[in-house]
Amino acid sequence: MSGEVQKESSRSQAFVVSESRRKMQKVARTAGETVLLLIASFVAIVVLFIFYFVAVDAVPYFQLRGFTEFFTSTSWYPAGEPGEFGALAIIYGTGMVTLGSALLAVPMGIAAAVCLSDILPFSVRQYAKPVIEMLAAIPSVAFGFFALVILAPLLQTSGGPMLMWVWWILAAPFLLLSVIVGSDLLTTKIEDPLRRKRYATMLQALFGLLALLVLYVVGSRLNAMEILTGTNALNVSIILSFMALPTIVSVAEDSLQSVGRELREGSYALGATRAETLVKTVIPAASSGILAAVILGIMRSLGETMVVWMASGNSSHIPEPWYNYLEAVRTLTATIAGDMGEADQVTGSARYHVLFAMGLLLLVISFISNLVSERIVVRQRKILSGQ
Amino acid sequence: MKLFSKILMGAAVFGMMASGEASAAQKIVMDGSTTVGPIAKSFAAYFTKTTGTEVTVSESGSGNGAKSIINGTCDIANMSRAMKDKEVAAAKAKGVNPVEHVVALDGIAVVVNPSNRVQNLTLAQIRDIYSGKVTNWNQVGGPSAAIVKIQRESNSGTQDTFKHLVMGKAYPISKRAETQASNGAVKSRVASTPAAIGFVGLGFVDGSVKAVKVNGVTPSVETVKDGSYPISRPLFMYTNGEPTGVVKQFIDLNQTSAGMRMISELGFVNK
Repeated sequence: MSGEVQKESSRSQAFVVSESRRKMQKVARTAGETVLLLIASFVAIVVLFIFYFVAVDAVPYFQLRGFTEFFTSTSWYPAGEPGEFGALAIIYGTGMVTLGSALLAVPMGIAAAVCLSDILPFSVRQYAKPVIEMLAAIPSVAFGFFALVILAPLLQTSGGPMLMWVWWILAAPFLLLSVIVGSDLLTTKIEDPLRRKRYATMLQALFGLLALLVLYVVGSRLNAMEILTGTNALNVSIILSFMALPTIVSVAEDSLQSVGRELREGSYALGATRAETLVKTVIPAASSGILAAVILGIMRSLGETMVVWMASGNSSHIPEPWYNYLEAVRTLTATIAGDMGEADQVTGSARYHVLFAMGLLLLVISFISNLVSERIVVRQRKILSGQ
Repeated sequence: MKLFSKILMGAAVFGMMASGEASAAQKIVMDGSTTVGPIAKSFAAYFTKTTGTEVTVSESGSGNGAKSIINGTCDIANMSRAMKDKEVAAAKAKGVNPVEHVVALDGIAVVVNPSNRVQNLTLAQIRDIYSGKVTNWNQVGGPSAAIVKIQRESNSGTQDTFKHLVMGKAYPISKRAETQASNGAVKSRVASTPAAIGFVGLGFVDGSVKAVKVNGVTPSVETVKDGSYPISRPLFMYTNGEPTGVVKQFIDLNQTSAGMRMISELGFVNK
């Protein structure tokens, strides 16, 4: 009993703060805040330092060789005598694989995010999301190995038929839909319902045959296509899109989730179907988050090194024709990884500094796109909140 | 980068002080060819482990290796070519007596897919293929298929040797040639691509790819040793005068079984 009383009294004493104690607390608080500030500013300083040190080693290149060759020539012979440092084809290759992976990953990622957040029941989502996020945990060298040893030979032996199947699967539903919608649209002006129906059926048959012909002709051309080398831009785009997917799905799904019940239920209450609610309410409301997801995903493909170094073929030329994804390309990241040798550090030559110039270019590109995405997100938020 | 090198230098100074205190161990400094570099490095790791002697290896190219030994800044100069008369004269003028040691032989096999019926290529044909003049296998007696050329990255010693012995300075390798990062990766691409051609160190050739004859000579340890295989060259280590002590021990590593194993593991041919 007495012990309890004592405890009570000591506890109450803790609230009576003496002068010296208050000072101590103040000092401790200041110290704590300083440490936190130091850590926070350290992170910011690291970013600045990376920028600074890359720039310091990149500038000598431009002093030595100027800007014209780097940005306009496609001759990349760094080890030649004298060396040639035309990076245009390499910049083009980077753009090509980044665009290719975005074209594959963005629709897939957003579709998967919508499915996870609004279509699958909660119990399934609980398991599906971690599984998708696990893709991000696979080391990139494993992806690269897969691309080099499995996907590249597969593309060579059966790339044509694979492309044909993808074409059929993607194009058939799209063409079917456009045949139905198109023939309906063309016959809306006919007033007599019986005649309208007859005409619509005729048009549907006609368009349907046309669509089948297109499907078949393009499909068989794809089927007959022979992919000469499996380590090409297509291979890398496919693998990079898988690497960007978990980022896109995860961030986009989070932003779709954060739209909240009220908006969805409001939309249902106005008589919208689930599809209308999704397309007209939920996705626009989450669009800033989805955009952020897309940019993060694209940054992932832009910065990826190991996969492109192993599977892009690394040939520094602009494909012919320019959109040919079945040719080998070379990217900035792979060039930095592949050409960085000990030998060049000693000499401090243009061959060494040009790699830093490439690194600086990558940094600037990602910096700009981060900035742009930030602006878009802010503006989108303003529009949505009605300001 | 400067800050980093300062830190490194500081660490090196501390390291030297520490080792100086422990024992007045001798140090071997090596400089030179990037082709010989891998041999020197694995020898160095082995040598430091077994004898405790510190060995540093820089790879600044054969020419710089020659310069270093002439200026007395290294004990062993690694070179993928013999010293030129001019360099020997410069060395003599400085009182340096360069002595040549062949540490290993470098032979490069040109490999194609086993399904390719091409058996023999001349050196000129290989050069035309890689420079982009010949683009289809039917121009060199093969099936009608566009040639997929595979090369190594610019820092590779194999690439260096190939450029030196096959291409020469006048013929740059075509921009369309693909680049792979290792002998193994080149081999696996050639093994899985019917229209591919690549080149790997002789030690890496196995049943998954077909090594073609060059100028009618089959690439093998024997033809590299007797010098009849055209894409081969000796690799040198140069010392100032006949080597003694730990330097001699180091140079003689290539006669030991461990040294021979290291050389063939790196894809080179033992002398």
